[in-house]
Amino acid sequence: MPTTHARRYATNAVMTTLTAACAFFAVAVLVLILGYIAYRGLGAISFQFLIETPKPVGEGGGIGNAILGTLILLAMACVVGMPFGIATGIYLAEYGAGRFASLVRFLTDTLTGIPSILVGVFVYTIIVLPMKQFSAMAGGVALAMIMIPIVARTTEEMIRLVPASLREGALALGAPQWRVTTGVVLPAAASGIVTGAMLAVARVSGETAPLLFTAFGSRFFNVYLDQPMASLTVQIYNYAISPYDEWHAQAWAATLILMTLILVINITVRFFTRGKI
Amino acid sequence: MPTLPTPTSAYGARVRAWDWRRALSPTGNTGDAVFRAALFGCALLVLLLVGAMIAAMASNARLSLREFGFGFLTSSEWNPVSGQFGALPFIYGTIVSSLLALVISVPISLGVAVFLVEQAPRRLSRPITFLVELLAAIPSVVYGLWGIFVLAPLLRQYVEPPLQKWLGWTPFFQGTITGIGLFTGGIILAIMITPIISAVVRDVLAAVPVTQREAALALGATRWETTRVVLANGGPGIAGAIILGLGRAIGETMAVTMVIGNRAQISASLFEPSYTIASVIANEFTEATEAIYLSALVELGLILFLVTFIINAAARLLVWSVTRGTSGTARA
Repeated sequence: MPTTHARRYATNAVMTTLTAACAFFAVAVLVLILGYIAYRGLGAISFQFLIETPKPVGEGGGIGNAILGTLILLAMACVVGMPFGIATGIYLAEYGAGRFASLVRFLTDTLTGIPSILVGVFVYTIIVLPMKQFSAMAGGVALAMIMIPIVARTTEEMIRLVPASLREGALALGAPQWRVTTGVVLPAAASGIVTGAMLAVARVSGETAPLLFTAFGSRFFNVYLDQPMASLTVQIYNYAISPYDEWHAQAWAATLILMTLILVINITVRFFTRGKI
Repeated sequence: MPTLPTPTSAYGARVRAWDWRRALSPTGNTGDAVFRAALFGCALLVLLLVGAMIAAMASNARLSLREFGFGFLTSSEWNPVSGQFGALPFIYGTIVSSLLALVISVPISLGVAVFLVEQAPRRLSRPITFLVELLAAIPSVVYGLWGIFVLAPLLRQYVEPPLQKWLGWTPFFQGTITGIGLFTGGIILAIMITPIISAVVRDVLAAVPVTQREAALALGATRWETTRVVLANGGPGIAGAIILGLGRAIGETMAVTMVIGNRAQISASLFEPSYTIASVIANEFTEATEAIYLSALVELGLILFLVTFIINAAARLLVWSVTRGTSGTARA
């Protein structure tokens, strides 16, 4: 019947338009957010701002210590979290057939969905309470815990992409399994693993909640790991909820720095892995 | 040099009771055994971490568990001064803000995923996929900052007044319009979980065999009718994606804390300030000087952990059932 036909095609046209509108809407929100950050951030940023420590309202001040703190915390998280994450990934990919491995895989996936603030609570109870002090160390461990499951799963996927023929070739030459993994499989998967690791760094660099009661924050330049340490995200949070316009402007400028770091990592990764992931 | 297995252990000419190398690795090579044991240890650590998290939180919540018992979940009094702690307002705020986020986000996420997998040409779907993924890369605190200074004023001026005018007779849209409250919290959550839900739905749709689409098209179905077949096939996976989004919304902390108003109350109106479990932990943890106060906050954390753990576990199983099941049938 022609009417049914017309109705079906009208529905088709409407639904196609609607789904396209959804996609357009999501992209528009992204552009709005990034655009506004650039607009407010560029207006408030200066060289002084990047190297000074925070000052009371009306005296300017900057986020130099927060930038340094974020870098130190990230470095610490990488040192602690990467080896465990990558090793777990290798285990899951190379020995991951059994029931134990399935359980680990399931738990890593589930762990990525656990609210990051609970990692903060956990680290508070095991490190901050016994030490009776907020510390950069606790912050680094908290970030590492968030990193491990992400790195483990990307590493596993990257290693699984290495063709079996490479392993078989090496085994046929008489290499023991561990030499095959470290000497042949890992180099072949290296770029993918680095990519996954970079994405994990990008993800962790934006974490605030787990740092609130571990690294806590600081108004000074600090390099001691047993002392509280400032970070960009906690600084943004504290300034954002303050009542002062000057601090709001500084929050936007700090956000611009943080988003630049995150976007650069994401876009670089995308550029180097076009078509691979 | 690889060490070859000695004839004794390989053929059992002389019976060895127990060889640690063989116990650790089937090849019996020393390097293999050590390597495998080390990797196993790291994987075990993930297991232990989950166990340690539960144990540490449970032991620190002991005081509150003993003091308030089951009443903790049903009492709505949260008074650090008098030492009375009840979780109901936080549970209410968490559930309502998350459900609101789902109601807004699910149709949009499905639309995005369907557009990217089923409709958009490849040269369009690639960049849009990347851009939607970037939404997920924006940190929570940045969403919060944007929420306070852009979204909240926008809603206060242009969205909430008309809503109150038309729907003010329902209990949900009454009260003073401030731009800060459950409504704003729900919307910011919706924006944050949209890329997560749509990414998983995209994977699920991509896992539905192409033969399903060909069959529908061959029967004369329109594109949209074909899409409905595909959506029905991916049903459990889509349900999993939505539950995964719910898990994220429930645990989301910073952005919600910054726009929801942080007042422990239960009100039907979405314009009223509220409080979520994650927010109260973020706000009050460093202020909790008394043991019972801290313990009550840790108990909230324990509840949040168990709920999100179960939600995520269920979601993963649902998603796996589709992405694995279809690849299985495709092979068969």
